[in-house]
Amino acid sequence: MLYLIEQCLNGVQLGMLLFLLAAGLTLIFGIMDLVNLAHGSLYMVGAYLAATFAALTGSFVAGLVLGLIATLAVGIVLEVVAIRPLYGRDHLDHVLGTFGLLLFFNDIVRWIWGPAGMTLSLPSQMLAAVQVLPGVFYPMYRIVIILATLAVGGLLYVLVMRTRIGMLIRAGASNREMVSALGINITLLYTLVFGLGAALAGFAGMIAAPISFVQIGMGENILILAFVVIIIGGIGSIRGAFVASIIVGLIDTLGRAFLPDLARNFLSYSAGSSLGPALSSMLIYMLMAGVLVFRPEGLFPASRK
Amino acid sequence: MIDWRNLSADWLDARKLASNPPNLRNAFVIALLAILALLPIYSALTGNYFLVTLFTRILILALAAVSLNLIMGFGGMVSFGHAAYLGIGGYVVGILAKEGINSGFVQWPLALIVSGLFALGVGALCLRTRGVYFIMITLAFAQMVYYVAIGLDRYGGDDGLTINKRSQFIDAVNLSNKTVFYYVCFALLLAVVYLVWRLVNSRFGLVIQGARSNDRRMRAIGFPTFRYKLVCFVIAGVLCGLSGVLLANHTSFISPAMMQWTRSGDLIVMAVLGGMGSVFGPVVGAVAFLLLEEVLSSVTEYSGIILGPMLLGVVLFARGGIDGILKDHSRG
Amino acid sequence: MADALLRIEGLTKRFGGVVASDNVTLDVTAGELHAIIGPNGAGKTTLICQLAGEIAPNTGRIHFGGRDITALPVYARSALGLARSFQITSLFPDFTALDNVALAVQAHAGHSFEFWHDARRDPALRDPARASLERVGLAARADVMVSNLSHGEHRQLELAMALATKPRMLLLDEPMAGLGPEESIRVVKLLRELKSDLTILLIEHDMEAVFALADRISVLVYGRVIATGEPAAIRANAEVRQAYLGEQEAVTVPGAGHG
Repeated sequence: MLYLIEQCLNGVQLGMLLFLLAAGLTLIFGIMDLVNLAHGSLYMVGAYLAATFAALTGSFVAGLVLGLIATLAVGIVLEVVAIRPLYGRDHLDHVLGTFGLLLFFNDIVRWIWGPAGMTLSLPSQMLAAVQVLPGVFYPMYRIVIILATLAVGGLLYVLVMRTRIGMLIRAGASNREMVSALGINITLLYTLVFGLGAALAGFAGMIAAPISFVQIGMGENILILAFVVIIIGGIGSIRGAFVASIIVGLIDTLGRAFLPDLARNFLSYSAGSSLGPALSSMLIYMLMAGVLVFRPEGLFPASRK
Repeated sequence: MIDWRNLSADWLDARKLASNPPNLRNAFVIALLAILALLPIYSALTGNYFLVTLFTRILILALAAVSLNLIMGFGGMVSFGHAAYLGIGGYVVGILAKEGINSGFVQWPLALIVSGLFALGVGALCLRTRGVYFIMITLAFAQMVYYVAIGLDRYGGDDGLTINKRSQFIDAVNLSNKTVFYYVCFALLLAVVYLVWRLVNSRFGLVIQGARSNDRRMRAIGFPTFRYKLVCFVIAGVLCGLSGVLLANHTSFISPAMMQWTRSGDLIVMAVLGGMGSVFGPVVGAVAFLLLEEVLSSVTEYSGIILGPMLLGVVLFARGGIDGILKDHSRG
Repeated sequence: MADALLRIEGLTKRFGGVVASDNVTLDVTAGELHAIIGPNGAGKTTLICQLAGEIAPNTGRIHFGGRDITALPVYARSALGLARSFQITSLFPDFTALDNVALAVQAHAGHSFEFWHDARRDPALRDPARASLERVGLAARADVMVSNLSHGEHRQLELAMALATKPRMLLLDEPMAGLGPEESIRVVKLLRELKSDLTILLIEHDMEAVFALADRISVLVYGRVIATGEPAAIRANAEVRQAYLGEQEAVTVPGAGHG
């Protein structure tokens, strides 16, 4: 039971990371109609920058803040230099162009930081475990991740639903011509949205860094999980991304934690042992397939919202 | 005017070749084929066997790129999960070999069947959607296969599995001989190119191309396009599964890395770089891309710093690929 | 009317709060040219799309040749002989004109799971396609890429493709849209010829053409059929006149918003 609660919290925490990535992806897709495979690279760059600044300043928080600013800057430069010419082209061009950027980022990071990878260590007060329920202890830092991401999600909600920029973002997503006809600088809006997405991805990378490892290609596999999230949630929908992130995070974590044991109960021990891990990694894709069969537009289609 | 969409015909069809003056494009294709055909002889004379190994790999991935281009270039279905079939073809060979079944007569057909079944399942789901959904869904399902392979502890899990024996056929065809294996790959590549060429110009192929061009109109004039696209998707999957079979035999090793999603990206790059409009383009693209990768990695550890922006450049400025460039020169 | 080829019964389609088709009931008799007119936004194209099967109605039935086709997919309706042309030209731009028509022929020449023979050299496809191009007056342009044809030629090609499917009935969505006077005359002449062989449902804004061609006319306003009758009767109908003069209060529109 304790183990179950712990795994649920782990699932929520993974879901939160996914949400940070998926929100940026889905915003960029919804507004600029752009598929960005280099989004995972920004996750990686964020982690490297934060680890570097933390090492330089000796402060975890300063590392995060400076890393976030630097990732935002990288995102903006990237948009202006490489992404802008891709707007309005077909999706194959997006995929290829941003795939090129991904190769570029992997090797430039390797060139700057070396192939070995880095660690981002937590301040000591974060290392403690807190009692979340009577008898249930959970690492302080993971709780911080969940709360921080919820806060970011809340800010994002306020930004998109309550501010003028957010209004433009929403208008831009549904009607590009109208926004430019209103005399809004759409180029600038796009740059801002891309920068925002980059910062969200970078933030996800840096807060994930202390519990995983900062390395080349760290953003690639989680990027695909984020794709699964936005397929399930519905492309362009932040609300869908939020719900689907938590679902995917929970199912993936719980599946990996419990399915191998379950498989051993139902199948012979050896078959269960060898198939269990394979089966558990298929779960979220099965969920995705199910969503595609019954709700091809995702759980929260953006257009109807 | 020569219709290159018929790959053409310029070198597959003697009549056309006789009636058209030679152009740069055909000369290029013929030269490339001659080099590929003579390469093992050159290697034997110079003792440079690395070349045979390198080009065997190039031929195998060229086959995969040709199969991808069937759905992507002609069918307009941008699959970002094509490497999954490399893995499936390879794993069928590897798993059977591990279980003591080395006969190619069992391994190969089974590998193709499993690839086809996977394509059938994925295709049935993702062809209900289009555009960016299609790209992401094919990507996601390929990633699923990747993780399943990692979960297969008995077959090496993350580390992969060494295959002790290449597929066994009759004694006359000994795949363990590098030269024989090279020519088997070469012959299969040519056969697949020819097959795809026939296919895209057949009734079936025109339906596929029509659906790429205007799916809505195709349905309005009476084509149930879904089933044609699905069959095409399955054919491409089977052909790429064949490529996976060859790849596993070539390296005598299978691992999840065979189907890492970036490999799917590489295959798309090969097709686009060579030129999606022609059947032979992806072969040119595969040769160019893999040689470039080889050269760059011998010069620098950080080839992506050059390759990445170059790719973006191709997307922005040379979308027709090498074939497009040759075509422009042939006209002028 | 026992000999209705196409029978539409109580067809209703809502998009959110907008009623695009409001209880449309209509018979198209075999052999007639039935025109549908109405102001912009009256739901004419929506109606065609429902007949062709691209949009599913909320309620109502569609019968074609005595068979209920309401639930059939687009391609199956085409196979039964219900062909349509598109208001906004919808062709295969990277194919030649002949290729376009040959595809339409191919669609009705059995299944296309034929993987080996060069379909561009198949007389069973090319000959009927040429004949169809001939019929609309495009024979000389057969080998030109569609992207290089003029707008007028695109409209002709649309017709040629619809004809090549050997339909029993044509659904024509503004075949004269954007045509010059000379081209319009040619299309009117062609439609007059086709009339003798085919049943046609025509949507058209060119009133001169409509009144010259139609056997019967139905008037659609806000998704509702307000009148059906012979051209002379329609011309005389007060409600129709008001609708066309824009005096909308004269027309009662229950529950309909603007389209």
